[in-house]
Amino acid sequence: MLLVENIQKHFDGFKAVNGARLSVETGEIVAVIGPNGAGKTTLFNLITGQLKPDGGKITFSDEDITFLPPHRICKKGIARSFQIANIFHRLTVFRNVQVSVLSQKARNLNLFFPSDRFFVEETRAILESVGLADKDREIAGALSHGDRRLLEIAVALGNEPRLLILDEPTAGMSPEETATTIQLIKRLADTRGLTILFCEHDMDVVFGVSHRIMVMEQGRTLIQGPPEEIKKNPEVQRAYLGNE
Amino acid sequence: MPVASRKRRLPVFNVLLLGLLAVIPSILPLFYIYIFSVIFVTAILAMSLNMVVGHGGLYQFHHGVFYGIGAYTLALMLTKTELPVWAGFLAGPVCAAFAGLLIGLFCVRLNRLYFGMLQISLGSLVWAVTFRWYKFTGGDDGIHGISLPDALLGIHRAYYVILAVLVVCLILMYLIYKSPFGITLRAIRDNPERCAAIGINVRMHQLFAIVLATFFAGVAGVLFVVVERSVFPDLMFWVLSLEVMIMCLLGGWFTFAGPILGAAIMVSLRTFAGVYTEYWTLILGVLLILLIFFLPEGVMGYLMEKIQPKNADS
Repeated sequence: MLLVENIQKHFDGFKAVNGARLSVETGEIVAVIGPNGAGKTTLFNLITGQLKPDGGKITFSDEDITFLPPHRICKKGIARSFQIANIFHRLTVFRNVQVSVLSQKARNLNLFFPSDRFFVEETRAILESVGLADKDREIAGALSHGDRRLLEIAVALGNEPRLLILDEPTAGMSPEETATTIQLIKRLADTRGLTILFCEHDMDVVFGVSHRIMVMEQGRTLIQGPPEEIKKNPEVQRAYLGNE
Repeated sequence: MPVASRKRRLPVFNVLLLGLLAVIPSILPLFYIYIFSVIFVTAILAMSLNMVVGHGGLYQFHHGVFYGIGAYTLALMLTKTELPVWAGFLAGPVCAAFAGLLIGLFCVRLNRLYFGMLQISLGSLVWAVTFRWYKFTGGDDGIHGISLPDALLGIHRAYYVILAVLVVCLILMYLIYKSPFGITLRAIRDNPERCAAIGINVRMHQLFAIVLATFFAGVAGVLFVVVERSVFPDLMFWVLSLEVMIMCLLGGWFTFAGPILGAAIMVSLRTFAGVYTEYWTLILGVLLILLIFFLPEGVMGYLMEKIQPKNADS
């Protein structure tokens, strides 16, 4: 479904991503792991168009999306959440998700009809699925950290993506919140048939939910494979998991 | 519960206010009718700017230019052509919106402050041309004694026409505010990067907002001609644009109706404090300092917070 080949990104000579490879098949949950500064977030930013690559190729459903702007990539069916909660902080929780649904259904330019008539049920269903339905009237900027992260995911779901990219979905969450979020990710993959690509520091999360894992180090792809293979790989153990 | 009761009270309040404004010409002396007319025109202008600044997050520093273009278009058509009067009133807002589109096309390519810098430069260019082109625009003299149709002659008739246009403009603006486009625009203001990531063409929406806002500025411009029957380059000078920006801040730029309040405060201050001292801007300065410290969300923003704490998006 998604194929990243030999992708490159340099910042003033610093090679943040230097020949990374990644493949994601339909229906899979794929995790990207690696130490801080390995280039995980940069890789995601390259896939969803926030950054333009300096080389390499990104293909989604057999289409070259390497140099498309973010809004076009989104329309192809890739939605994402961000590492630092990236929401519309002056709008209510409901509106945050509704904007995303409006965008998906191409109704953003409608001028003279009250928005309360548009996709209320769709929006509510998404809020329910992430467990924010009872907070729909609250201003997004006033939410707790954990709820903001959930709203992050809800906004991405409004796009009805085929591929959902999550950048450290459980960062800064309490153990309970982390558990809920993992349940959510699994449920989304099962019930909506979503393909999920995410990066994460928590190894329990990574090995608990993913079908395949890609390991990054210094902007390169070390290896991509199923969890058992990753655990056994001596190079990964040395570079990342630590040797016993 | 408080939200529901407030929803029922709001239309009542609006109708009462409108009724009050409708009887003003029969109770107040001429001077006040004139002042109210000026407030109405200025309110449309401030509201139009707030569409892009408060709701769109775009630093439209030189909005006055489009006000001026609307006024000049009508003035020139009435004095230099034989075209029907209604054509002039239509051409004013349309020309303003077209100018908005042209200037906006360049500006939306830039972000935040750079948008504002380019906007103020291109706007000043329009002002300079208007100021210098004596043969066409009358240069720094402007155009005076513009003859209007009978229906608009006399401040009483003008007052009602302007009030009617204000009401229509406010209804349209409110519909836009509540529409999917209005919400999308405020989402772009809050977070343009995220908007792009959820599939919204940010620049296209910003440009559309500018065209709408400049159209309404043009409406305010033609109404200015109705009140004053003259035009002059000061309409396009950056000082006026700054005043309009202050009205938005003063009234509350994250609220819908705040700029109307801001316009009323500014025009009153200029008129009544201006009688006693030509340094009325000194009072404005002190007012602004107090505002920034105590009411950072503006007067209307403060009131809204008192009435309905923390719900309904702005």
